[in-house]
Amino acid sequence: MIYDEQNETMPREELEALQLKRLQALCERVYANVPFYRKKFDEKGIKPSDIRSLNDLKRLPFTQKQDLRDQYPFGLFAVSRDQIVRIHSSSGTTGKATVVGYTRRDIQTWGQLMARSFMAAGATSRDMIHNAYGYGLFTGGLGVHYGAEALGAAVVPVSGGGTRRQVMLLKDFGPEVICCTPSYALFLAETAEEAGIDPQQLPLRVGIFGAEPWTEEMRRDIEKRLGIKALDIYGLSEIMGPGVAIECEAAQDGLHIQEDHFLAEVINPETGEPLPPGEPGELVFTTLTKEGIPLIRYRTRDLTILNTTPCKCGRTTARMHRIMGRSDDMLIIRGVNVFPSQIESILLETDGLSPHYQLIVNRIGNLDTLEVQVEINEGVFSDEIKNLQRLETKVMKNIKEFLGVTAKVKLVEPKGIERSVGKAKRIIDKRNEQ
Amino acid sequence: MKVDQLSIFLENRAGRLAEVTRLLSESGVNIRALSLADTSDFGILRLIVSDFEAARDKLKENGFTVGRTSVVAVEVDDQPGGLNNILHLLQDADINVEYMYAFVQQSGNSAVLIFRFDRTDEGIEVLQKNNIKIIEGATLYKL
Repeated sequence: MIYDEQNETMPREELEALQLKRLQALCERVYANVPFYRKKFDEKGIKPSDIRSLNDLKRLPFTQKQDLRDQYPFGLFAVSRDQIVRIHSSSGTTGKATVVGYTRRDIQTWGQLMARSFMAAGATSRDMIHNAYGYGLFTGGLGVHYGAEALGAAVVPVSGGGTRRQVMLLKDFGPEVICCTPSYALFLAETAEEAGIDPQQLPLRVGIFGAEPWTEEMRRDIEKRLGIKALDIYGLSEIMGPGVAIECEAAQDGLHIQEDHFLAEVINPETGEPLPPGEPGELVFTTLTKEGIPLIRYRTRDLTILNTTPCKCGRTTARMHRIMGRSDDMLIIRGVNVFPSQIESILLETDGLSPHYQLIVNRIGNLDTLEVQVEINEGVFSDEIKNLQRLETKVMKNIKEFLGVTAKVKLVEPKGIERSVGKAKRIIDKRNEQ
Repeated sequence: MKVDQLSIFLENRAGRLAEVTRLLSESGVNIRALSLADTSDFGILRLIVSDFEAARDKLKENGFTVGRTSVVAVEVDDQPGGLNNILHLLQDADINVEYMYAFVQQSGNSAVLIFRFDRTDEGIEVLQKNNIKIIEGATLYKL
């Protein structure tokens, strides 16, 4: 099933012509309205009129997450405040928030793209959609919500938490579609089983899962336990939110990128050089139609592979491989973005703990766990157990307070953490080893 | 009246304790008394040794985190009630014992109790007032 036949199955040549036209208009717009981009273009000696083919894309400057932070809160907005109808923001608990704004048309576009996503996943206007993504500053909940409404489906805006109650709603309301993080889907399955409800007996037919990295093994587990088809959805607030790309039910083989709205590239993260389809690299997006906060060549830091071969579902859009990792050291722990540098500053602020630390990430059952190992030093050492445990608790509390994640803190001996010659190896992620 | 105790941070993994005893043995340091407190992740090894400075230097050189703590060593007759009597005296003076450990002397007639008080000086005062026999550090190291 295809929601927007015309745009989703356009011959590639036509699609590329549309992309070029939109790219040219975008360059004009940001050059005229966003001083940040005007400066960047000028520094590179590029005028919007220099963009004559899609090949010229590579001449344009990159935009980094740091640029959004530096321009906090509204510096990258391309329209006046009164045209903005919605603001979303990434976790800003350490003052490193990125803020995005949407015009009325942006919200409409987003709804349309989510509606396309639903239909690619096999959902229709006759379905009921259980939406367990968080509603709020995070884009997940409302993005899915507007998409479900655009599709004409019935949406249950349950948001996050209250798992026992969610199980009851799944049983009593009988939605056919569920949207949440993949780990939460498994948690729901467990909770249902504990409550004596067989999750396979629920009317659920399809799940649309995103906002955290997951594996093929996890997909199979979810599909088996919930008796559904599990599909991967991709999005990021800087570009729009959920619905930037989605797997189709027909092939379940890569996520279709909404290419008429987002121009995707894969680059070598070291050199910034574009890579041909089939080669793994960093995903870069240019927002072709966004009005509120259009971005040129935004570096997502997510690693993937582009596939432009035709899909058996009939869509002509390029597909991206499920996210294979990150080109920076950001961790996503239960949906929360965590940078090692944030942990580092918390450690240093806590009674002068050593800057030598390591983060061990694991998935126990279906829950991500974070262990922070930090080396002890004479300044904080005590001959009494309770003092050291108090120190561990204090660090744990600070991490929870500033980053919003629960971490186990473990003191280790000096030099207990392996020293590497080059870049310190801060993260041991065991989630992909299973 | 105080005794220097060496406190060592140990990760809870195989071989760490043996590494400490190996280093001490290499430096010709003898262990007089020892106690090991542990949690699931780490332990604190507390030692009274024949040569505090030598032991500390050797351990530090090898990357261990060590501390010096002042503890009080008390000699009591090795018979029922010896420890009980002392604890009651401390309780009456509202002095808290953070931790303690004990060993029996070679002669077998008396026991040595090592105390870590929350208020060390006041603890010593209480013990002295009640004529409890406190062992000097210098004596203990050479026992």
